[in-house]
Order: sequence, then structure tokens, then C-alpha cells
Amino acid sequence: MLTYIIRRIGVMVFILLGVSVITFSMMHFVPGDPAEVIAIERYGEEVTAETIEHVRRELGLDQPVYIQYFRWLTNVLQGDLGYSARTDRPVLDEILTRLPATIQLALAGMLVSLIIAIPVGIISATKQYSIVDNVSMFGALLGVSMPNFWLGLLLILLFSVHLGWLPVFGRGGIEHLILPAITLGTGMAAITTRLMRSSMLEVLMQNYIRTARAKGLTEKLVIGKHALKNAVIPVVTIVGLQFAHLLEGAVIVETIFAWPGIGRLMVGSIFARDFAVVQGCVLFFALIFVLSNLIVDISYAYLDPRIRYARRRV
Amino acid sequence: MESVAVERAISALIKVSPYAIEVFERLRENRLAVVGLAIVLSLTLVAILAPFIAPHDPIEQNLGLRLLSPSWQYLLGTDALGRCIMSRLIYGTRVSLQIGVMVVGITALLGTLLGLIAGYVGGVVDEGIMRIVDVFLAFPGLILALVIAGLLGPGLFNIMLALSVIGWTGYARVVRGCVLSAKERGFVEATRALGGSNLYIMFRHVLPEALSPVIVMATLGMGGVILSTAALSFLGLGAQPPMPEWGSMLSGGRAFMRTAPHLTIFPGLAIMVTILSLNFLGDGLRDALDPRQKRKLEI
Amino acid sequence: MGLLQINNLHVNFPTKAGVVRASDGVSLEIKQGESLALVGESGCGKTIVALSIMRLLPEDARISGEIRFEGKNLLSLGKEEIREIRGREIAMIFEQPATCLNPVFTVGDQISEAVRVHNNCSRKESKERAIELMEMVGIPSPQKRCGQYPHEFSGGMQQRVMIAIALALSPSLLIADEPTTSLDVTIQAQIMELLKDLIAKFKTSLFLITHNLGVAAEMCDNVAVMYAGEIVERGRLSEVFEYPRHPYTKALLGAISNDGLRPIKGSVPELTRLPNGCRFHPRCPQAENVCRKVRPEMRFKVRCHLWD
Repeated sequence: MLTYIIRRIGVMVFILLGVSVITFSMMHFVPGDPAEVIAIERYGEEVTAETIEHVRRELGLDQPVYIQYFRWLTNVLQGDLGYSARTDRPVLDEILTRLPATIQLALAGMLVSLIIAIPVGIISATKQYSIVDNVSMFGALLGVSMPNFWLGLLLILLFSVHLGWLPVFGRGGIEHLILPAITLGTGMAAITTRLMRSSMLEVLMQNYIRTARAKGLTEKLVIGKHALKNAVIPVVTIVGLQFAHLLEGAVIVETIFAWPGIGRLMVGSIFARDFAVVQGCVLFFALIFVLSNLIVDISYAYLDPRIRYARRRV
Repeated sequence: MESVAVERAISALIKVSPYAIEVFERLRENRLAVVGLAIVLSLTLVAILAPFIAPHDPIEQNLGLRLLSPSWQYLLGTDALGRCIMSRLIYGTRVSLQIGVMVVGITALLGTLLGLIAGYVGGVVDEGIMRIVDVFLAFPGLILALVIAGLLGPGLFNIMLALSVIGWTGYARVVRGCVLSAKERGFVEATRALGGSNLYIMFRHVLPEALSPVIVMATLGMGGVILSTAALSFLGLGAQPPMPEWGSMLSGGRAFMRTAPHLTIFPGLAIMVTILSLNFLGDGLRDALDPRQKRKLEI
Repeated sequence: MGLLQINNLHVNFPTKAGVVRASDGVSLEIKQGESLALVGESGCGKTIVALSIMRLLPEDARISGEIRFEGKNLLSLGKEEIREIRGREIAMIFEQPATCLNPVFTVGDQISEAVRVHNNCSRKESKERAIELMEMVGIPSPQKRCGQYPHEFSGGMQQRVMIAIALALSPSLLIADEPTTSLDVTIQAQIMELLKDLIAKFKTSLFLITHNLGVAAEMCDNVAVMYAGEIVERGRLSEVFEYPRHPYTKALLGAISNDGLRPIKGSVPELTRLPNGCRFHPRCPQAENVCRKVRPEMRFKVRCHLWD
């Protein structure tokens, strides 16, 4: 087990290096001369060739690429992600101030998905192949297929524009969180519902459920106590481990609802061509992604000793 | 010489076709898959025949007829510039399906090829390709696409490029897995012992194994590509005006949600129906291509 | 007066491979205070008979016939009525106790729940009763162990817990389905000893299902031998084992006789494709023409043409 973890961490370090190379080289795909772009950002449209050269030297852009990379990587490892061209604040600060909003949104989305998925999954499983089951499984497919940006707009249309119950934009009290959380959670709820259903079906075939019935327990207790707890544990674990995947949806949800999180920061920076911030955000997302994948792999290997390092490679 | 090749091709076809028929028979039993297939085929027809079906010009502005509600003349109403929404949706099918087909085509081809090479050659080549796959999979897909498209500048071509860059990894992984399992079962060695060439073995024995999962992935992946395209366009990175694209139509409707909600509702509906039908078809294909393997959990 | 009387029980499962006839006209009787062993090879339908009594069969099972328990036909009871009987009047323990206990609840909780389910008593009372029961089934330091989870118990201890659950409400019938099969031989004997003591103490009738004739002889007054979904011979256990009449019973007894193991040739037929005539004839050394064609009836407690 320990060797497995060490090997996985080794692989992770390698992957993160690869991530840094890609993130770094992205900036070189930007059409045009980066020194010129940055100079224009700083000093306005009418910059002289001298100013551009000055910027180039100052930023080390005249050096060979690999030296630029190592210098950049050293800075990144020390937490220096550069400065935002828009606000002149350190990129790391920009990201960290928005982190709580994004985490709050992701957690709320996760909660929404569980609140929908657990009861629907249970009902589907206990009434397998019934109309209720078919309808909920169709609903799950619908949920997977629904673009979250559209769902968000429809929710705004209904609850904010027509009914006037909930605010449209920004972050504030709980009422601000409801619509973005539902938007983010629905897609996940669809997947989680299927998961909950199959987990429940699996549990219902277990011998201890037969024991519970043989004791003379009511069906309510058999399902609601004995089956539920067993079925829910893996589902909650998996949903928790999918946290990083929610961040992907958060980018769009934050943009629709003007939620002041990292996703919105990234989209805004892309349009403002604030590349240092974009770079920082990408690195941040990739780091979270890689870390959570590592946790997923290790915890699965822990839960199921048959899953070993080899499985991932085949 | 030629007749031998023809003979071989025919015998290969005869070998394949009963299987294809069998798969189709199984697919037909799945009601949702049939519905999915029917919708996908109709959408394809709509895309091809767009100029003949669309009641109006999708780009022509008519400022006198702004934001009309659905009526007999404009079945789905008009947008902020007085353009027929129905016609724009019909032409939008073209855009979405084209991008879907092209990106899926490119990524499936590239991924399959790299997966074949990685699995078949093994060693350093395998290690190298798979580590690149690992690195790409370390990014949340949509975020990477968003950044690439953002850096390259708005436009459909750049979106296609971005989605292709992130899309090939899944195919490579799956195909490599198929190759390895074929190797494990030893019949590659057997063929080689009989004097089969490497290329012959790859295309004759290994590729058909990998085809089923690739077809399923491509069908489901098409939905993913169309959804991502719409999402990026919605954010303003994809199609640029006046091109009729579903995502950007949605985004254009946002400002008029209060007065003209149909601008928001119809494009989203088009996206959802398309993706839903591809999902139906993909799920059905998965069951039909491998009846033993029950629907596994997708996370 | 019979405590439990099974008349002509048929249980079928429709499957793609054909109808599985797991129980095909089974009739049995258990008298108050007596014990019955149902013996036969695995896969002959013994467990199905047991689960039919508890009405715990899967929903796709088609059941017909009659199961009379204290005068009531269990098969025609409503869901709520059968639930009232489960645990309180008929209890059951199973093979593989490790899978029969819920892994996420403490042992004490699972026992006290059984106490509480048909009694209006407080949690505290039911917990005290659970500890008493654990002591009674021979679990050391029950005060401490009732807070532990099933995986902290050995196989034998787990089965003791199952027995405690089953006897919590002193039922009049205990069904034990291969209760010791998955346990070590030494533990098997201990569990059997315990069961014997407890059914005597509680005056509970025992319906024991086993493929182990030694265990059956140890525990029961009566025996029924089952083969391929039907009862082929029944009677007082001492008589049947001393003077077996059906060739299958003879073969079963012969398989464990003193001069080494002599397994029965051939295998149990699939319940979807039962042979014509007597179901044992393909394996029967004495099979005659009539055995291949006509299904024998149960006559004088044996189902065999040779005894007509």
C-alpha cells in the first residue's frame, strides 16, 4: 500500500511538471509578440520599439525559452505567480480571495445533487422497472443532457424574472446561493441518482437485508435504516471525490450568476487578456484536479485491495 | 493479384456484416436508442437541407420586426435584430453538427492511432504517449479548452482546435487497453508466428477489437463536443456574429429575458434535444455492441 | 396437532433458460416441540422451502400450495400479517453469518432491534435484554462486545449473534438453514450444542436444513430427504437412517459410511431440465424401465417404484 502511494505521488509530481510546461508554453501560443502585448497593456497603444525592447529585457523574454521556463517555475514554486495586469495585485492574492466563494458554491452544488439523488435513487431501486423508476431514469438522462448555462437562465427566468423570489446576481445571503447551487448540482444529481440506484439495488440483494426482513422489521426500517446507510456510504464518498469535477461547471455557473469566484475571475481575465491571472487559474484548477484524482485512486485502492497500481496502467 | 484483394475484401465484409446486422437488431429492441437514432438522422437531414427548409434568411436583419413572439409567419419568433429564430436554429444545426463531426473525427482518429502505436510498440514509445495523456487529463477539459480558445482569440476554428487538443486522450487510453488485452490473450503472437506483418496484425486483429468502444465513445463524445462548443460560444469565445450558432444565440437572448424569453428557451431546447438523442444512441450502442457487459456506472 | 404443515408446495422461477422448478409438490409436517431435518445435496431446493415459510422469496417467484402455521395459511397472509409472524413466531438463521449481519450497525443494536420490533419497550430495556441474550448464547463480556461491529467477531461468534437475534422473542419455530456449514469443524460442534440447549430451554421446534447427515442425526427427531425439488423419503430419523429405503437416501448415507467416502455418481439435475420419470433414475443403480417413464408417487413415506 505504501509503495503504491509513493509511486502514485511520483507520477503526480511528473504530471504536475507536465502541467507546468503546458501552462507555461500556452502563453507562447498567443498571437503576436508577448513583449509587445505586455508593453501595450502597461503603457497604452502607442509604445515605441524601445519600450518594447525594455519590457522584453526586463521580463527576461530575450533569454532562451528553457531559461525563461526555469525562472518562471522557480517563482511559481515560491508562490509567485506574477501580477495581474488589471489590478496590479499578486495573482495568488487574486485567486485566494475568490477561493471561498468557489468552494462554497461547489459544496452547495454537491449538497443539491445529494438531496435530489438519494431519495430518487432509493425510490427507483425499490420500485425497479416501475413507471416511477423509468421516469426518474429518463429524468437523469435529461439532467445529463441539459446544458447548465441554459438551466441557469431558465431558473433565473422562472424564479427571478417571473416570480421575483430570488436575486439574479452576486453573492450575499443564502438566497443568492440557491439558484447557482441548483444549476451546478443538477448535472451531478443526474449522475448521482443513477449511482444511488445501482448502489441500492446492490445492497438490497445482500444477506443482511434478508436478515432484517426475517426479524420482522417493517419495510420502512429495512429500507430506511438497514439498506440506506450501506447504500449511501459509497455514493457520498464518490460524490465527495468528484469535487474537482464540479469546478469545471463552476466556471460557467459563476459567469451566469456573476458569482465572484475563481471561474469568473478566469473568464474575465481571458477577455481582458490578463494572461498572468489566466495562467494562475489554470495552474490552480489543474493542481486541485490532480490532487483529487490522487485521493480518489488511493482511497479506491484502500477500499478495494484488488485495485493496485497495475490497474491504472492497463 | 487484384482479384485476390477483392476476394479478401469481400470475405472480410461477409464476416463483418452478420455482426453488424446482429448489432443493429439488438439496437432496434432498445426504444430509446431508436428514438435517438431517428432524431440524429433528422438533425442531419435538417443540416444538409437547411437552405431549403429554413423559412427565412438566417442573417438578414429586419429592424422593424424586432423581438416578435412566435407567430404563423415567424414560428419561433424573431430576435433583437429581427432575424427569424427558426431559420437561425436550422442553420445552427449545420454549425453544431459540422463541428461535432470534425472534432470527433479528428480526435477519434488521432487517439486511436496513438493508442494503437502505444499499445502495440510498447516500451519507451508507450510510456511517452501515455504520460502525455496523463498530463492532458490533469486539466479539467472544459477549462483547458476555454483557455486555449481564449488565448488564440474568439472564433469557431480556434474552438475546434481547442476541443481537438483536449479530446483525443480518452480514445488513446481505450484503444491502448484493447491492444494490451489482445496481446495478453496471445493471438497477436500467434499471428506473428505464422508470419503476419505488424501492420497486418494491427489492422486485421487489433483494430476491430477496439472499434466497438471507440464507436460508443465517439457517439457520446459528439454530444460532449456540441455541448462544449455551445458553452464556449455562450461565453463569447466561439461563433462570432452574425453566424447562427446555438450557444451564442442563447447568450444574445440573455439581455431580453424579461420581454422575450423565447430567445432563451428555443436555442437551449435545440442543444438539449441534440445531446439527449446522442446520449440515447450512445447508451443503446454500448448495450448493443457488448450485450454481456451491463451498463456500467459512469462517473 | 402439527405446528407447521406444508402441503403440496410448488415454487417456480421463470428465467430465460426455462422455468426453474425449485420446489415441486413438497409436503412436510413439524409437530409442536419436535424437530425436523431436511437433508439433500446443495441445489435441490431446500433453502427455497425454508424461505417460502418466511415469505422471503424474491418477487419473481411463483408460489402455490399451502403452508399452515398454527392454523393460518402463511401463503395467503397480507404483508403486515406475515411481518407480525416473522421474528416473533418463526425465526430464521442462515449460512455465512458474516454476510447476514449488517456491517454498519453494532451487534448490540442489531439484537436489541429484534427485541424492540414486536415489543413496545424502551431502548434501554431492549439493550439490557440484548446483553442478556448475548450472555445466554455464550458471548464473553457482552457489556463490551455489544458496542462492537460484526467484523470484530469471529465466524462462530457471529453465528451466536444470529442465534441471539433469532431467539430474542422466543419463537415457536426456528428455521436453521445450514447454520454451521461455513464454520470450522470444532466451532460447528459448539454451535450445534448451543442450539440444542437453547431450543430445549425455549421449547422451540427446529426445522434444520443441512446437507450434513451427521449434524441432522445429532439434532433432529424426524428427517425428510429432498432431491431435485421433491421429497423422496421421510420418517423418524432413527428409522430412516437405520433402514433407508429410497436409493438416494442409501447413496447419501453410503457417501459418509465408515469405509471411506463414496460420492454419488453423476450430479444433481438442473432444475430447468428435470429428467422424465423418477428424477433420480439417471444416477440410480437399480433403475428399471418404469423408473425412466413414470414419475413415482409418495407412498408409505417413500417416493420410489421399487417399493410399490
